Amino acid sequence: MGADSVKTDVKTCWRFVVRHREGFVDAQAAGLKGDIADLGIRSVENVEISPVYYCTGSLKAEQVNLLQEKLLCDPITQHVECREISLSSGASGKELHSLKGTSIEVGFRPGVRDPVEDSLKNGAAVLGIQTIGAVHTAVLYTLAGNLSPRDIERICEKLLVNPTIQMVITAENLRQVVAPLQAAPMAIETVHLLQANDTVLQRISLDHQLSLNLEEMKAVQAYYRSEGREPALIELETIAQTWSEHCKHKTFRGPIVYTEEVDGKTEKRVINDLLKTTIMKATEELAKPWCISVFSDNSGVIAFDDQYHACFKVETHNHPSALEPFGGANTGIGGVIRDILGTGLGAKPVASTDVFCFAPPDLPSDRVPPGVLHPRRVIKGVVSGVRDYGNKMGIPTVNGAVLFDERFVGNPLVYCGNVGLLPKDKVAKKVEPGMAVVVAGGRTGRDGIHGATFSSLALTHESEVLSSTAVQIGDPITEKKLTDALLEAQAKGLYSSVTDCGAGGLSSAVGEMGSDCGAQIDLEKAPLKYAGLTPAEIWISESQERMIFAVPQENLEKLTALFKSRDVEAVAIGTFTDSGRLELFYKGNRVGELKMGFLHHGVPKVLRPARWVSPRVKELQPSQPADLAAVLLNLLSWWDTCSKEWIIRCYDHEVQGGSVLKPLVGAQHQGPSDAAVINPRLGSPKGLVLSNGINFRYGDIDPYWMAVLAIEEAIRQIVAVGGSPDQIAVLDNFCWGDPTRVEVLGSLVRASFGCYDAAKAFGTPFISGKDSLHNEYRTGEKTIQIPGTLLISAIGVISDIKRVVSMDAKKAGNALYIVGLTKSEMGGSSYYASLGIAGGSVPQVDLKRAPELLKAVSGAIGQGLVVSAHDCSEGGIGVAAAEMAFSGKIGLSLDLRRVPQQGIQRDDLLLFAESASRFLLEVPPDKEEAFRKALQGVPVDRIGQFEKSPLLRVTGLAGTPVIETTVEALQEAWQRPFKDW
Amino acid sequence: MTKVKVAVLKGPGTNCDTETAHAFELAGAEPRTVWVQELRENPKALEDYQILAIPGGFSYGDDLGAGKLLANQLAFRLNDALVAFLRGQKLVIGICNGFQVLVKSGILPSGQVGAPQETTLTVNDSGKFEDRWVYLRQEFNVCVWTQGLEEMVELPVAHGEGKFVTKDQTVLEQLLGYGQIAFHYCDSQGSEAGYPWNPNGSFGGIAGICDPSGRIFGLMPHPERHVSVHQHPRWTREGPREGRAGEGDGLQIFKNGVAWVRKRL
Repeated sequence: MGADSVKTDVKTCWRFVVRHREGFVDAQAAGLKGDIADLGIRSVENVEISPVYYCTGSLKAEQVNLLQEKLLCDPITQHVECREISLSSGASGKELHSLKGTSIEVGFRPGVRDPVEDSLKNGAAVLGIQTIGAVHTAVLYTLAGNLSPRDIERICEKLLVNPTIQMVITAENLRQVVAPLQAAPMAIETVHLLQANDTVLQRISLDHQLSLNLEEMKAVQAYYRSEGREPALIELETIAQTWSEHCKHKTFRGPIVYTEEVDGKTEKRVINDLLKTTIMKATEELAKPWCISVFSDNSGVIAFDDQYHACFKVETHNHPSALEPFGGANTGIGGVIRDILGTGLGAKPVASTDVFCFAPPDLPSDRVPPGVLHPRRVIKGVVSGVRDYGNKMGIPTVNGAVLFDERFVGNPLVYCGNVGLLPKDKVAKKVEPGMAVVVAGGRTGRDGIHGATFSSLALTHESEVLSSTAVQIGDPITEKKLTDALLEAQAKGLYSSVTDCGAGGLSSAVGEMGSDCGAQIDLEKAPLKYAGLTPAEIWISESQERMIFAVPQENLEKLTALFKSRDVEAVAIGTFTDSGRLELFYKGNRVGELKMGFLHHGVPKVLRPARWVSPRVKELQPSQPADLAAVLLNLLSWWDTCSKEWIIRCYDHEVQGGSVLKPLVGAQHQGPSDAAVINPRLGSPKGLVLSNGINFRYGDIDPYWMAVLAIEEAIRQIVAVGGSPDQIAVLDNFCWGDPTRVEVLGSLVRASFGCYDAAKAFGTPFISGKDSLHNEYRTGEKTIQIPGTLLISAIGVISDIKRVVSMDAKKAGNALYIVGLTKSEMGGSSYYASLGIAGGSVPQVDLKRAPELLKAVSGAIGQGLVVSAHDCSEGGIGVAAAEMAFSGKIGLSLDLRRVPQQGIQRDDLLLFAESASRFLLEVPPDKEEAFRKALQGVPVDRIGQFEKSPLLRVTGLAGTPVIETTVEALQEAWQRPFKDW
Repeated sequence: MTKVKVAVLKGPGTNCDTETAHAFELAGAEPRTVWVQELRENPKALEDYQILAIPGGFSYGDDLGAGKLLANQLAFRLNDALVAFLRGQKLVIGICNGFQVLVKSGILPSGQVGAPQETTLTVNDSGKFEDRWVYLRQEFNVCVWTQGLEEMVELPVAHGEGKFVTKDQTVLEQLLGYGQIAFHYCDSQGSEAGYPWNPNGSFGGIAGICDPSGRIFGLMPHPERHVSVHQHPRWTREGPREGRAGEGDGLQIFKNGVAWVRKRL
C-alpha cells in the first residue's frame, strides 16, 4: 500500500530510567541471569533490569522532578535518572547508554501499543502535568561481564527480543520509535475482478491476503457481475473475513465424502454438515430442558439456579501464541472473556480454564526448527499471558491441563475457557432498524489485521515476518473497565443486543448483528489509537477489548454517559437499517456496500474427500521391567503427569471468593484435584463444577475412541468430586491439521462420530464448540502436523457444595476400593509413551454399562459413603493410588490380585493400563457394607488399605511385594520436573 | 440498630470488591460500591460512611508500580476528603492492592495522607505472582481490626508485589515499638520461617500493619476470601472447626471493624 509520510517536528524528548537502589535485590534480574547461564553463557556477573520511559512535550524542571519523585518510581527501592536527549539523526550511541557493561534497550515496534503509555499520561495529569505529548516505554538491560557480540546476539534472540513485536532501540532508530512518521490515509482502492480469469482471481486472493480459494473467488466474481460493478477492496476484505474458516467453519458445515476402512471393509458415505449431523444432533435428540441456548449465541447456556443461567465457552488461540506466546495467550483469554460478555445481554465472568499442548521443555535446541521459539520460552510466555490477563480481570483460573508432544513444537495449542452467570431474563437479543451501532472499550488501531484469515493458514518460518500485525498485546484493564460498565448497563437495560468484536473486527461483529436487517456505518466515527488508518483498516482491525452494542436511540445518551463515567469510550458509529445491505461510509463518501444475504449465505460449498483407515493393532509389548517402583517414579515425573503447581499458583484461582474445591488439595495443598468446584454466588449452596478430557495419543490410534474417552473422562472427573452425571454439558474444541488432506479430515469425521455416540450414551449434550484447523508448521520441505486433538470441557451443576469430595487420602485404616474393569488396553497410555512405544489397543468405553457405573459411583458419593475419590486415567492405578497417598500424607498397601480385570497376567500392565470408567474410592470401615450395596452390579473390589506408616506397598499377582517406596519419594518425583520454574 | 456504612472503593482494575462487600455484609454492615471517579467529582460523598475499604485488584493495571496510580489519586486529588474522614472516629482497611495503595500514599504507617513514603511493598523474592495459603501470627499490637482473633489464623495471599520493606531499620523498630505490626507470617507451628511460609520475603515476616491509632489497617493476605469454611483448602479433610458455625478465620476481622464503629455511633 502506498503511503505518504507526514512530518513531525519533535526534536527532543525526555528519557527516564528507573534503577534499583543498592541493596534491593531484583528477583526478575536474578531470573534472567539464570536464563542466560542456561544458554551456556556464563560470563555475566550481574544483570540489571530498568524500565525506561520516553516522553515528548515541554516539561519544566519542577515538573520533571515531580514525575521522578511521585510517579515513575518507588522511592524506597528505586531512583530515577533523567535527561533530555536530542532526536536529531546525529545523536551518538553514548548519549543513550553511558554506564559500564553491555546495555541493551528493548522497546515495542511502532504500532504496537503498551497500555502503560496511557497510564503514564493520566498519572501525570493527576499531578497537574498536562503537557506530555507522546510516551514510549522500553526496558533497559545492563549486563556486567565479558560478552562477545555473538553472545549479545544470542541473548537478544533467545531471551530479550521477540522481533514480532519488539526491537532493540538504538540512538539511530530512536526517532522512529518515539516520534514515528504517520502514514497518510490512502484513497479507496478498487479491485479489477469482473474480467479476471482463474489465475488472476487466485492472484488477487493471494496479493490481498484474502485466503479465499478459487471457488470462492468465482462466487465473488459472479456477485459483482450481477451488481454490474467492480468491488472496492474493503468489500473483498469483508467477504474474506466473513467467509474465513475461523468464522464460517466451512469444513464442519460443508459436504464431505467420507470413506472408512475397518478390517478390510470399506464404507463410503456423503455427510452434509458434519456439525449438524453429529454434535448438534446429539443435543437436539437429548432435548434436555436445562439447555437454555445451544450453538447460537457466543457461548452455550444452561440453567443454574432460580435467578441465573450459567454459560461456558472455550476458544483456541494457537497461531498467535506460537509467534508471541505472551501476547497470543493474553489476547486469547481476553477474547473468550468477551464471548461470555457477549452472551445474551452480557454475562458476568466467574471462572476461567486453560489447557495447553506444548513440545517437551527438555527438547534439544537442534530439534527446534528455524523460526520457532524454544518450548521453554513458549510455555513461560503462554502461562505469563494467561496469568497477566486472568489475574488483572479478577477472574479465577480454576481448571486446566498441560500435555506434551514434540509435534507441537511449531504449533502449540492454547485453549482458553470462560464461565459466566447470566440473569435469566437477559437471554434474548434483539436488533431493530433504527437502533444505534455503538462500539465501546478499546480504540481501533492497526492490530491484528487479517487475524481471522491468518488463523486459517498454516504457519511457516516466514509467518513471523508476514504477520507482525496479526499479533497483539492485550490490555486487561481496559477490558475490566469495559466489563464493569457493560454489566451496569445490562442491569439498567440500556441496550438490546451485544456481541464481541473478535476475529474480523467490526466487519464480522456488525455484519453478524445486522445480518437480518442491514446496517449503515460511518467509519470515521470509530475512535482510533493513532491517525492514518484507512477505512478498510478501521473496518477489519482486530484491536482487542471492544464490544458492539445495539442501542435504542432513546437510551443512547444514557449509555454513553454511563460508560464515560467509568472511563470507557462508547461511540455510536452508525445505525441498523432495514435495507438488507451493509453500507459503509467514510467522511460522507460511500466506500463499500454489500448485500447481507450474499455476505452471510453466499459462500460456495466445496465437496471435500475424507478417509479413515483403521490402523492395524500391533501390540508391541515391552519386556516386563524388573523394578516397578522405578517405573512408577518415572511415570510420576513424566511431563504430562507431573505437578503443574508452578502454573496453578501463578494464577489467582481464588479471586471472587468462590473457590470451593481448588486445583490443589490435600494435607499440604499439593495434590492434583480431579475437577474444580466454584460457588459463584456467595452464600448460596449451589456450585458449578468444571473439568476437561483430552488425550491426543488415543487419537493417534483411533480418533473415535479419543472422542468417547475425552467425554467419559470429563464426566468421570465431575462424578469423582461429587457432581451428578444428570446435568453435565460439554463443549468441543477440535484442533486439527490441514483438512484438505483426506486423512486429516477423515480423522476429524471419525472423532465427530465418537462425540455423537458418547453424548447420547451419557445423556451429556454439547452446548457450544469451536474448531481450529490448519494447525501445522511448514519449514522448507518438511511439514509438522499436530496430532488431531479434541478437548472436551465439561460443566456441571452441584446442588450443595457441602457434598464435595477431594482426592487426597484421609485416614489410616480406611479401605481403598476400585470401581470398573481393568483391561489390557495399553495403546496411547503414558506408560507406553514414556517408553516410546506407539500403537497398541486403545481403551474402549462400554457405552451401555459405563453410564450406569458413573451413576452408581455418584450415588455412593452422594450418600456420604466415600471420603476421597480419584479418577483413574493417565498412569493408571499406579499413578492414581500414589497421588491419593502422598496428597493425604499417609501410606497405602495395595493388592493387585484383587483388581477386577480381564486377561492381564503382568503387574506392570495391571498397574499402568488406562482402561476407562474406573475410580479409586476411599471408604471408612463403618461405611463399607453400605458402599458395596450401593455399587451392586458394578465391577468393584477392595484392593487395599490406607496405613499409618507412610509407605506405598504393592503386592503383585504372584503374591509377592513388587513396590515398596515412601510416599515422600513419590511426591518428590511428582513435583521435581517443574520445581524450579 | 443503625447499620454501619462501608464505602468499598472501586477504581479501574479493582477486582475484589464483591467479596469484600460480601464479607462486610456477613459482619452486619451495609457496604456500598463507591467509584473513585465519582468521589473525585463529589469528595463529600465520603462523609456518609464510617468505614473505607480499599479492596484487592490491579488498580490502573498496577502500571508504574502496584497501587501507585490509585495512591496518587488519594494523595493528590482526594486528600482533603480523606483528611476529614480520618479526623472522625472512622476506620480504613486496605487489602492486598488496597494495602499497596495505603503504603504508597504515605497513609500507612503514619496515618497522615500524603506523608512521605517510609515503607513499601515490592516484588516478591520469588519474582513470581503466587496464590497460596499462609499462617499468620499476632504479637502485641494496637490494631482495632485484629483484636480477639485466635493467636494463629489462616488466609490466602495472591500477589506478585507483597514483600514488605521499610526505608531503614529505624522505621522497622518504630513499627514494632508502637505495636503497629498486626500480622507476621509463620509456619504451621507458629514459628518464624522462610519461603514458602513467608511467601514474599517480607522484612520481619510482616504481613500487615496499622497506623499508630490502630484504625487504619493494611494487609497483603485476603481475609474476605476466608469468611466461610468452604473457602479453606483443607475443609474436605478437616471439616468446620468446633464452635465456629462454619465461619472462616477472616470474618472476625470484618466483625471487629463493624463492632468498633457501632460502639461509637
